[in-house]
Amino acid sequence: MSMTTQDSRPAVPQADTSARSLVDTVFRARELSIGGALVLLILCTWLANSSFLDDQGIKDLLLNSSILVLLAVGQSVVVITRNIDLSVGSVVGLTAFACGDFAKNSGHSAFTVCLLGIGIGVACGLISGLLVSFGRVPALVVTLGMLYVLQGFGYWWASGDQINAATLPDGVLNLGSGSVLGIPYLPLLSAAALAATAYYLRTYRGGRELYAIGSNPEAARLAGIPIRRRVLAAYAFSGAIAGFAGALWLSRFGTVVADAANGWELTVVSAVVVGGVAITGGTGSVWGAALGALLLTTIGSALVVLKVSSFWQQAITGVLLLAAITTDRIVQQRTTSALRKRSRA
Amino acid sequence: MTRSPVLAVRGLSKSFGAVRALTDVTLELHAGEAHALAGENGAGKSTLIKTLAGVHRPDAGAVRLDGEAADFGGPADARDAGIAVIYQEPTLFPDLSIAENIFMGRQPRRTLRRIDRTAVHDATAALMRRLGVPLDPERPARGLSIADQQIVEIAKALSFDARVLIMDEPTAALTGSETARLFSVVETLRAEGAAVLFISHRLEEIFRLCSKVTTLRDGRWIATDDVAGLTEDALVRRMVGRDLDELYPKQQATLGEVALSVRRLTREGVFRDVSFDVRRGEIVALAGLVGAGRSEVVQAVFGVDRADAGEVHVGGTKLRAASPTAAMDAGVALVPEDRRQRGLVMELSIERNIGLTGLGSLGSGGLIKRALERGRASDWATRLQLKYGKLSDSVEVLSGGNQQKVVLAKWLATEPTVLIVDEPTRGIDVGTKAEVHRLLSSLAAEGLAVLMVSSDLPEVLGMADRVLVMHEGRLAAEIPRAEATEESVMTAATGRNGKEAA
Repeated sequence: MSMTTQDSRPAVPQADTSARSLVDTVFRARELSIGGALVLLILCTWLANSSFLDDQGIKDLLLNSSILVLLAVGQSVVVITRNIDLSVGSVVGLTAFACGDFAKNSGHSAFTVCLLGIGIGVACGLISGLLVSFGRVPALVVTLGMLYVLQGFGYWWASGDQINAATLPDGVLNLGSGSVLGIPYLPLLSAAALAATAYYLRTYRGGRELYAIGSNPEAARLAGIPIRRRVLAAYAFSGAIAGFAGALWLSRFGTVVADAANGWELTVVSAVVVGGVAITGGTGSVWGAALGALLLTTIGSALVVLKVSSFWQQAITGVLLLAAITTDRIVQQRTTSALRKRSRA
Repeated sequence: MTRSPVLAVRGLSKSFGAVRALTDVTLELHAGEAHALAGENGAGKSTLIKTLAGVHRPDAGAVRLDGEAADFGGPADARDAGIAVIYQEPTLFPDLSIAENIFMGRQPRRTLRRIDRTAVHDATAALMRRLGVPLDPERPARGLSIADQQIVEIAKALSFDARVLIMDEPTAALTGSETARLFSVVETLRAEGAAVLFISHRLEEIFRLCSKVTTLRDGRWIATDDVAGLTEDALVRRMVGRDLDELYPKQQATLGEVALSVRRLTREGVFRDVSFDVRRGEIVALAGLVGAGRSEVVQAVFGVDRADAGEVHVGGTKLRAASPTAAMDAGVALVPEDRRQRGLVMELSIERNIGLTGLGSLGSGGLIKRALERGRASDWATRLQLKYGKLSDSVEVLSGGNQQKVVLAKWLATEPTVLIVDEPTRGIDVGTKAEVHRLLSSLAAEGLAVLMVSSDLPEVLGMADRVLVMHEGRLAAEIPRAEATEESVMTAATGRNGKEAA
């Protein structure tokens, strides 16, 4: 056996901390730059129109963004595993209508209504999840199918009807309009879901395994991670969040039609990707996704305040999305080659 | 000897569809012993390992751990039983830190089942100290060299006190000093009482590291011998099962003018300054370790990848850069390495696959004449002795060797003057391998210039008129047939012919 290896042993402690700080910087940079863009946007809009940041303005901003933030949290968990859930828009619409139908002209509490919404959402998520994980059908196709199936089901059920705020119990409506210490309930609930999910993803085995599955499915299999169970759980979670969002939607708007959140799935996916959760899985955080959602909503609100035609919002969202994906790609290549150089040095 | 084995395999069989990968294999591993598994590509070594690792379930036979029957439902079961496997291409999570890679799914936990991050970090740092490598536990695995990735895999094995360490060609992509480092780690583990199963196509490593060797051929157990008292020739004979002359039927060819000339070809970060010629009638082998840049060079020659600098001349005229079409028009054919992904359209029929390279000549006015397509396919199927049911069968149903023949037919049908073959016999059975070799040899004798990339050293030595050896993206040596030996080629391939010579 060669003795050359002995020589390299003492050189241990000088670990390459520079590589770590590089990566830290890159990821913090992503969240910081979105946060910075958000602050800049709010600042400019406020300078142009000071009513943007008065009490009502802030409240509107929070209320408008809370459902998108919530959905972004659920979507991130799925995207991190290298999958996607396009059915969330339909799930939100369906549960909002179902919850309304259940609550109208009754004395049901907001809590019961939310539980029902979550239940319906979990059921939808489980169907998608089973098809993706155990049926091995590509996620894109499965959830696209679910999008249409649930939408069609909603149309059939509603058959042109809508839920009216007047028929809903006060408790439900109060959830959407009430506040504690001046902060509306909705953003508080979203923030709680966000913080809990972030904590779980960071500090629990199940959470880390979701990242592992998205980062390298083959390695995850060899590491003995129960991939199918985890992916199924991710879809059930995304469904639960979408169902909860549906109940909140009902309480916020009161008046609900069956295709209420039509098209939202794409906004949610955009928010997640803009927020730095790679569509190829394995990286990103729910904090970033939430910031992405906040940014997209704020752009929409700012355009209204600035009296810019709202069709610009879609164009801007699109540009942001392309920019996010391009920077992801470039940053990944740069860090890979930088890390490679450092490990050789 | 009465010691009972740590791991015993008896009568193991495994099939994938119609292909029998393992038939009645027997193997015993003892604590504190390094055991080599020898066999050619496709002999069933990888399948055996994956069965031991819990990736595949055996169709028949038993795996016993410490005398008790072990039935692994998945890789996690094998790991929990103390079996660690290090694959040739390490499988890490590029986005996660080294510490997470090592402890994924087994992280130490504190209250409320939360992961104890400090414990994970400290345990990883301790492992790195024990292995003597300066890697930061929090650094992501992305960008690690293959050698460092293997260190991470070994740290993983150490972290759960593996009793059985299985390594599948761990040295294939390592330099000499990295191999020495790996061996010293393995030697330490063995001395501490681990049973080691070691796979390598480098015979000298088997003789250096192991005390026993089991040979597989065509999925069957052939022999288990003590390494002491065994000669390399005897081991090769067990692996191949016939004399080498028969497997490598090299015809003497007369060399013609230069058919392919590559000048200073460079692709940044992949290979640089590669120049060589191939003459008509000549078989030139491009040898080197996995990752040395061989496949990348031939892909740039054919124009699949863009080269950053340099020129390719075919028959004296310069080839337009980065254009496979131009290369084909000039008479170059490339049989790629991965026939399932790049060589064939698996769902299409044999005749369609063979027809793909000649769509322009198989009809007129943009329409394809089925009769012409079928004629071309049946001509070549006969010439290459393809074993098939119907020409309209999809290529999926063919064996690996016959699939390779279809790829060869597809390219030979373009009547090339320069034939580039990348790993022409990887994963095909010995019989077909000999046929492919005979074919290459007779094609060269007919005046074709053949450039062959191969990791199979006996194939390189048996077939090539000249061996070009690549090391880390550069041409390290050019060795004529008479001087080409296993040693001279491997010395150049591992970069030892210079500073690192010991």
